[in-house]
Amino acid sequence: MIWALLGPELLLAIFALAVILLDLAVKQKGVLAVFSIVGLLGSIGASLALWGTNGIALNNMLVIDKYALFFDVLFAAAAILVILASTDYVEKLKGFQGEYYALILLATTGMMFMASTRELVSIYISLELTSISLYILAGFLKDAKSTEAGLKYLLLGSVSSAVLVYGMALVFGTTGGTHLGVIWNAVKGLNGIADNPTLIMGIVFLVAGFGFKIATVPFQMWVPDVYEGAPTPVTAYLSVASKAAGFAVILRVFFEAFGRAPWLSQSWGMLFAILAAITMTVGNVVAINQTNIKRLLAYSSIAHAGYIMMGLAAVGLMESQLALARSGILFYLAGYGLTNLGAFIAIIAISNNTGSDLIDDYKGMVRRAPVLSLGLAFTLISLTGLPPTAGFVAKIYLFNAALQSGLLWLVIVGVLNSVISAYYYLRVVKTMYLGEPASTERLSSSGPLRVALTASCFGVLFLGVLPNTVIQVTEAIKFLVS
Amino acid sequence: MVGLQHYIILSAVLFCIGLYGALAKRNAVIILMSIEIMLNAANVALVAFSRYVTPQLLTGQIFAVFVMTVAAAEVAVGLAIIIALYRQKEKVDVGEVDLMKW
Repeated sequence: MIWALLGPELLLAIFALAVILLDLAVKQKGVLAVFSIVGLLGSIGASLALWGTNGIALNNMLVIDKYALFFDVLFAAAAILVILASTDYVEKLKGFQGEYYALILLATTGMMFMASTRELVSIYISLELTSISLYILAGFLKDAKSTEAGLKYLLLGSVSSAVLVYGMALVFGTTGGTHLGVIWNAVKGLNGIADNPTLIMGIVFLVAGFGFKIATVPFQMWVPDVYEGAPTPVTAYLSVASKAAGFAVILRVFFEAFGRAPWLSQSWGMLFAILAAITMTVGNVVAINQTNIKRLLAYSSIAHAGYIMMGLAAVGLMESQLALARSGILFYLAGYGLTNLGAFIAIIAISNNTGSDLIDDYKGMVRRAPVLSLGLAFTLISLTGLPPTAGFVAKIYLFNAALQSGLLWLVIVGVLNSVISAYYYLRVVKTMYLGEPASTERLSSSGPLRVALTASCFGVLFLGVLPNTVIQVTEAIKFLVS
Repeated sequence: MVGLQHYIILSAVLFCIGLYGALAKRNAVIILMSIEIMLNAANVALVAFSRYVTPQLLTGQIFAVFVMTVAAAEVAVGLAIIIALYRQKEKVDVGEVDLMKW
């Protein structure tokens, strides 16, 4: 029974090890990508088969509820798109292709565990499984920039995880347990912020540690450098799946352990509200000046972390809004994930040809690659939050949740930020459509890349035009609370 | 008599030393060592809390064992990346790792 509940994760772990072995056996390396995608599809299938079960596994450390399964599907789908987009890229990695796919699968496994765990030790282990795989992937190319990205990610990531462990130790010390249910039982008996300085300090350390994963200000310094230097498919994966995993863990931990005591949840709700406002403003304002498209999207991903944090703030400030805010966060993560993956896939296709990530080199791209330009323009419009795209619906939906919790000022900040963001997103579109191309040579792109771009663009359009189908699913998602 | 607060003060001091080293030092290997100190500060706190707050359970000790294991994995990857850096620059000074700036 327990093995069936852990099916999605175990399947991926097995495939991750098998793909390394397979790498030794086959000459035709394209098989490895197919093999990994089969594993991911199997994992999605296992998650869908489990949909609706509320299982508890491994001594109550893991919960397999709809919330966890939704994220399982999200991570696996993102990994499939990333692997499709990597097929050209991995040609450059002579001899290490098996490891590349294996690390992506292991990172995905870690994220899936992050979404379903409710115990501090296993949260730490699964977070590190994800992070360590991603450190290696960020430095995978071994050229100067990629190594620099890997080193910066590793050093800052390790410091943040040390802070996280220290916070967990303090929370454990004040509550006497590492299980979120045990922590909540202890928190229930406490009252007042001034009387529990150690617990508050622990919570602040937790915010710092998790804040690094989701890239909130002031823990965002690593984002632009790592995003620019890492191989672009890895950047796409970092910006989508790693961020979503961070939010999955934060929402569960903060609601289950600290969310039902108003004296405590009001404070962290306000903390997240303030961080959200600062994060989106910093992300959007600094993005204006960027000349490199990967750095531009790095700052844009910081800004989007700010928007999503509005949902966390809404949960903290008004517990009754949990259902709406959680659904808003899930929908936003799905919409943002598809959109950002689409944008990065288009960028990968373009830079495979031009070898450049500078926005200036996108001049007149529409005449050299009409379909890629259309895809990139469409996803950028979705990132701005204009109809008929996923980004538009996701923003309205999440802003509404924040409004219901009485966060009018934060919604105003969010709307103003969306206006700022329109400037730099649409500037890229303008460069592509109105600029004079440097050459008239047509761009070529591989089949898998085109499939991935088409799939994500249709996903974005689908979520934008028929959002109700997905919102019905996200609204039915609950997490099992002890 | 040595009590819980002594261990916690020790761990807080260790944590601060580690954090200072991680932020102020320029040699990548020393930064990794500082991070180890921070993790071990957390271990001291975990074990002390486990002994004094929940003496009948072993949760804290087990957590500390896991932290050590993960730290070893982290350092292994860290040293590999530092070696890759050394092959390019013949140095492990993080001040020189500055291709990308905002």
